Amino acid sequence: MTGYILSRLGQAFLVLWGAFTVTYLILYLLPGDPLSIMLGASGIQPGSLSPQQLDVLRAQYGLDQGVVAHYFSLLGGYLQGDFGRSLADNDPIRQLLFARAAPSLELAGSAVVLSVLAGCGFAYAVSLVTWRPLRQALTRLPALGLSTPVFWTGLLLIQIFAFDLGWFPATGNDGIQSLILPAVTLAIPSGATFAQVLLRSFGDVWREPFIVTALAKGLSRGQVQARHVLRNALLPVFTLIGLQIGNLVFEAVLVETVFARVGVGRLAQEAVLRQDMPVVLAIVTLAAAIFVVINLIVDLLYPVFDPRITRTPRVT
Amino acid sequence: MAPPPADNLVEIRGLRIAYPAAGQLNEVLHDVTLAIGRGERLAIVGESGSGKSTIAGALIGLLSPNARITAGQILVNGEDVAHVPERRRRALRGKVIGLVPQDPMVGLNPTTRNGRQIAEALIQAKGRRTRGIDADVLDLLEQVGIDNPVLRARQYPHELSGGMRQRILIAIALAGDPDLLIADEPTSALDATVQKRLLDHLDGLVAKRGISLLLITHDLGVAADRSDRVLVMQAGRIVEQGTPARIFSGPASEATRALIAAAPALSRDGGFAVRHLDVPLTPEILSFDRVAKYFTLPRGSADRQFAALEEVSFSVRAGQTMAIVGESGSGKTTILRVALGLEKPSRGRVIFEGQEISGMTERQFRPLRQRVQLVQQNPYASLDPRLTIFESIVEPLVSFKLAKGAELDAAARRLADIVHLPASCLTRRPRELSGGQLQRAIIARALALKPDLLFLDEPVSALDASVSAKILDLLIELQERLGVSYVLVSHDLAAVARIAHQLLVLRRGTIVEQGPIAQVLSAPQSPYTRQLLESVPGRRLVSSAA
Repeated sequence: MTGYILSRLGQAFLVLWGAFTVTYLILYLLPGDPLSIMLGASGIQPGSLSPQQLDVLRAQYGLDQGVVAHYFSLLGGYLQGDFGRSLADNDPIRQLLFARAAPSLELAGSAVVLSVLAGCGFAYAVSLVTWRPLRQALTRLPALGLSTPVFWTGLLLIQIFAFDLGWFPATGNDGIQSLILPAVTLAIPSGATFAQVLLRSFGDVWREPFIVTALAKGLSRGQVQARHVLRNALLPVFTLIGLQIGNLVFEAVLVETVFARVGVGRLAQEAVLRQDMPVVLAIVTLAAAIFVVINLIVDLLYPVFDPRITRTPRVT
Repeated sequence: MAPPPADNLVEIRGLRIAYPAAGQLNEVLHDVTLAIGRGERLAIVGESGSGKSTIAGALIGLLSPNARITAGQILVNGEDVAHVPERRRRALRGKVIGLVPQDPMVGLNPTTRNGRQIAEALIQAKGRRTRGIDADVLDLLEQVGIDNPVLRARQYPHELSGGMRQRILIAIALAGDPDLLIADEPTSALDATVQKRLLDHLDGLVAKRGISLLLITHDLGVAADRSDRVLVMQAGRIVEQGTPARIFSGPASEATRALIAAAPALSRDGGFAVRHLDVPLTPEILSFDRVAKYFTLPRGSADRQFAALEEVSFSVRAGQTMAIVGESGSGKTTILRVALGLEKPSRGRVIFEGQEISGMTERQFRPLRQRVQLVQQNPYASLDPRLTIFESIVEPLVSFKLAKGAELDAAARRLADIVHLPASCLTRRPRELSGGQLQRAIIARALALKPDLLFLDEPVSALDASVSAKILDLLIELQERLGVSYVLVSHDLAAVARIAHQLLVLRRGTIVEQGPIAQVLSAPQSPYTRQLLESVPGRRLVSSAA
């Protein structure tokens, strides 16, 4: 068990380092002079500066050290929790992220909970429907949720629940009221994915031979579903939750924009538009960190749900 | 025909069951009438597709949802359960009828502890009882003959052997104190010796409780040993019934005669029909010289190493068959893997036609792959489902660049002809073929490179008795025509007796006995070989008749 945890932790760090490095390479080593891009981001025309001034700035941004040294100084900073400063307003990126992260985590967290509950609940209910036509119609519903873009769903929800019914505010960041519509919007695609996978998984587990054993005990279909099917069917969904976090980060950017919410998603959008490279690097690394941590948790919890992983049979 | 005893527990009258297929009803059970008396042990015997499992499913109310009972009655304790609501049928399950399913490896929920799965059945049958339930679970585990029940109850199914899992399943079936136990091929997935112990135990439990047993099997030997009355089915009809002795002494139908022919102990006075009585000294083609193979165990195991093979020496002679028998875990598969160069032996030498192959690299070994081919156990899983049979058969020729274009067509047709596979099968895909046809196609593929040595890993264990007999005949014919040598791995002594020249008995990685087949079978030297021979089903009837 200790070996399992250590190997997973090691993999997590490797992935994180890889994400940081690839992002760095893309941002700083692709064609184009990083300095002039950075100056553009700060609102200065590079042509208006003398070569001496450019050298001073190059040193200030650490670009005079050569690529390798610059990379390692950035990496060293990250390891100590120092993400550098934003080009646009020279604020420490750490503060910027902390200020924006809370509302984003609220949004993403409630979206995850909502999508898991709604997706799994929907699949559970559908698999108990015995009337075939209804069941088939409901089985196809998740595909619709999956194929609708979040910006469209967001706008639709704003139109209905904010403008027509006036139940929730259309935009903004104040309190639980303003969280509901964006969270629902964000939860729909991943919830639909969970529902789709779980429905399929339910179907597979119902065909397993051990279900016959359970039914032969005299259990009802509902009892078999709750005691024998659910846990086995949830295993693939469980893996998927970790993977969906990646999608969620990407869609949070869209949702925060649609609902005009302050958050990391908006910060990312602004930073990309302004070509604020240190901020983009910090956000991508943060997203990768969240992804890695969630997947680490999933991996570590997996043996709890599936005893076959760590309890290897003894060879006798 | 023995009249069914009065006061029957189960009476099935004129039962017809059909499945909708392609817009019409396809009847699989035609007008079946049978009865099971109280305390009676009835065996239904037949090949797959004969409808024997459909009867069990109908009786316990667990037919697949699209099955339709189109006519007839199923009376359990006088009540027609074919035409009652699901709720009523459910009340019978567990409490009146217990089921021991077919394959113990997949019959238990993998994520729930064994004890809990038994407790669930107990609670379901007897109502919720908080106290005493643990004691009852342990009591049941002891009854079904499980050692260390406290530990076994806390373990998960994957931590137990197949035989032990089947015992857990029997405990579940008995938990509700049923009047009838349905055992659907309860041991066909288990080794012969395990099978014998388990069936003996099941017999004892059924006798002690005085309950009825419905045993469903494809093996007339098993049925003959374990039942008061045997019912033979073919293509959805009962073709014959009677006491085992009656069926055995005077089979009235062709189906019964085929089943008797497939049950070795029944057919020839308890002996085996050995085909190759003498073993000519042809040159050695493959030999193992004191081969050992060790596997390192994961940390935390009791031992650091596991000896899969220890001091294994034997040789296969050209044009002959060497059979390896042994239980699962005895090292049969490891011998195959070492001989095929897929595993390196830890010690010892493997010699193929005078060349030592045990130390060869993959690159050096590759030319030899043409001369050594493998036929695997499960024909349903050994062909790529996306390739046509033609593509599968010619694949070895293509990958060694031996033929192309029209040559391939000719080669495929010739190979299909050799294994008696209709040429029309060549354009089809594996799922459109029967098990026997698939195995023929696989043998054709193995022969494509004209190998000198063919490894046969349980080539007929997944097939019905009559089909497997035909495949064995084909293998014998091919050996005579092409002079190819076989190494046959099997647990089926009857199959082995039919085609082997030499027999090697393997147990826990060491050779217990080896020699010419007739000698080993008629005068086994080791107690283990004798035990293997005694586990062959059907011997009880034979010895009582003698």
